[in-house]
Amino acid sequence: MTETPNPVAFTPERLAKVKEIIARYPEGRQKSALLPVLHVAQEQWGWVSSEVMDHVAELLSIEPVEVYEVATFYTMYHLDAVGKHVIEYCRTGPCCLMGGEEIYDYLKQKLGIQAGQTTPDGLFTLKEVECLAACGWGPVFQIREKFYMNLTREKVDEIIEELSK
Amino acid sequence: MAIKILTEHINVPGIETFEVYRKQGGYTAVEKAIKTMTPEEVVEEAKKSGIRGRGGAGFPMGMKWGFLAKPEGVPRYLVCNADESEPGTFKDHHLMKCIPHLLIEGMIVSSFALGANKSFIYVRGELMYVIRILEKAIEEAKANGFLGKNILGSGYDLELVVQPGGGAYICGEETALLESLEGKRGNPRNKPPFPAVKGLYQSPTVVNNVESISNMPWVINHGGDAYAAIGIGRSTGTKLISASGHIQKPGVYEIELGVSVDEFLNSDEYCGGVRKGHYLKALVAGGSSVPILPAHLITKTAAGEDRLMSYESLSDGGFATGTMLGSGGFIVFDETACIVRNTWNFSRFYHHESCGQCSPCREGTGWMEKVLHRIEHGHGSMHDIDLLVDVAKKIEGNTICPLGDAAAWPVASAIRHFRDEFEWHITNPQEASQPGAVFMGAVLA
Repeated sequence: MTETPNPVAFTPERLAKVKEIIARYPEGRQKSALLPVLHVAQEQWGWVSSEVMDHVAELLSIEPVEVYEVATFYTMYHLDAVGKHVIEYCRTGPCCLMGGEEIYDYLKQKLGIQAGQTTPDGLFTLKEVECLAACGWGPVFQIREKFYMNLTREKVDEIIEELSK
Repeated sequence: MAIKILTEHINVPGIETFEVYRKQGGYTAVEKAIKTMTPEEVVEEAKKSGIRGRGGAGFPMGMKWGFLAKPEGVPRYLVCNADESEPGTFKDHHLMKCIPHLLIEGMIVSSFALGANKSFIYVRGELMYVIRILEKAIEEAKANGFLGKNILGSGYDLELVVQPGGGAYICGEETALLESLEGKRGNPRNKPPFPAVKGLYQSPTVVNNVESISNMPWVINHGGDAYAAIGIGRSTGTKLISASGHIQKPGVYEIELGVSVDEFLNSDEYCGGVRKGHYLKALVAGGSSVPILPAHLITKTAAGEDRLMSYESLSDGGFATGTMLGSGGFIVFDETACIVRNTWNFSRFYHHESCGQCSPCREGTGWMEKVLHRIEHGHGSMHDIDLLVDVAKKIEGNTICPLGDAAAWPVASAIRHFRDEFEWHITNPQEASQPGAVFMGAVLA
């Protein structure tokens, strides 16, 4: 798991990215950069701690509470430390019609964890998410930017094996 | 061969690149609009096309554009709603991923029409890989003079910004989307004022769906009248349908509006029929929010006429016997599907996605989820069925935004058409709560 260092600092590349994002909006509207900047933060630390949120508030010249209320509203931001791979599993109707619940049970059994938990080796965190807009290719889960679609037990075995290397 | 407006070139190798897209006639609409038309003339073509909002509401796009306030010295904004999150809907995901320049071209033409110099594409955050595809396409368009300062030497400037969301269905509602774009929680705003008067940064703003905007290049190239000649009645043009569930060929299909539901469901050109060895039980025609229909009301209306894939025909009979085209999320259920379990699943979705601002929705969605959970898991009582109907009624129409209605309709319609299945769960709790248990009475009768 990635701990947030103190003091918090973006890498030079990511700081440049953050500045580029802030420059996208009209003057005085830099708060618009909040969601994209939180994504950049999560890319760096894996999750957004309150220290990271405070740092983002400072960069955007807004109050820390403005960051907290957003980070806690949107489900993509992880508010606790997570494993190396966060599996975000779609639990919504169309995926379930394609056997999504059965594959989900298999995945939980295979990893030995429930939703919201991380495997003891710190490799996998499991999260349940709502519809990922990939209903025609269900069952589906997502790890970072990648979609894993038309899941079967065999595919789950392969994916977990590959990511465990 | 059916007409394809959006997907004609979608399978051309390399179509995601500027070069190949351009070779297939891409960006000619930008040249035509910017060099030979006034913004008002572009708006006029959109009005003539009769195209209706493809995100689900079906409001005429040209009319929406016509409402845009134009006070002197105040910037105007176009925001593309690419927050596609309605269960059963994945067409915008597919379109942006496969042919990103189509949306970019549509954004340029539409921004020009509205007099916007900075426009946004708000994409759900889960589609970060699609955001990268769009950003690359924008860079290419800029490098070729179709974006940025002084486009094609016309003096018109346009900058496109792709904005990621953070995982919230509610941001598909246009005022919640604007709040989110301003860096806030996605709480819908009270209307009026409407975004056309006070939208993004309190400036006049138009919010349109990905598919709606992607139709504009064709409308400009061929004319609004030509677009209006396609389709049926007030359902003009084509529509992308996301087909999922128990069918032979799930996927995204472009249909001419007015194709029969029977043809869409059963022909090999589209869904290819219900999966082999099974038969049709129910259909959600327009995304999880619209009323579910039982088999006997799907291909024929209550009056016995062929049901068509159009705004009017799908809603024929009102909510008593009809449904809605919505976002075109076409979810097919065969006899193995449990309607109670699916209704509970959808209710859990709306409870999870309610922003919590209006109490009827915040509390009501939670109640519906809990009551449906206990019916599905063998702890329900007959009183629970009426309780659900009552809660659904009290949410509907009593919230700032349509999420409340969207949460109420699936529950009310499931009970309306499948009441005996709910009753079976309550009278046979042990059997009904077994994994995979399905009530067979209704479909055999």
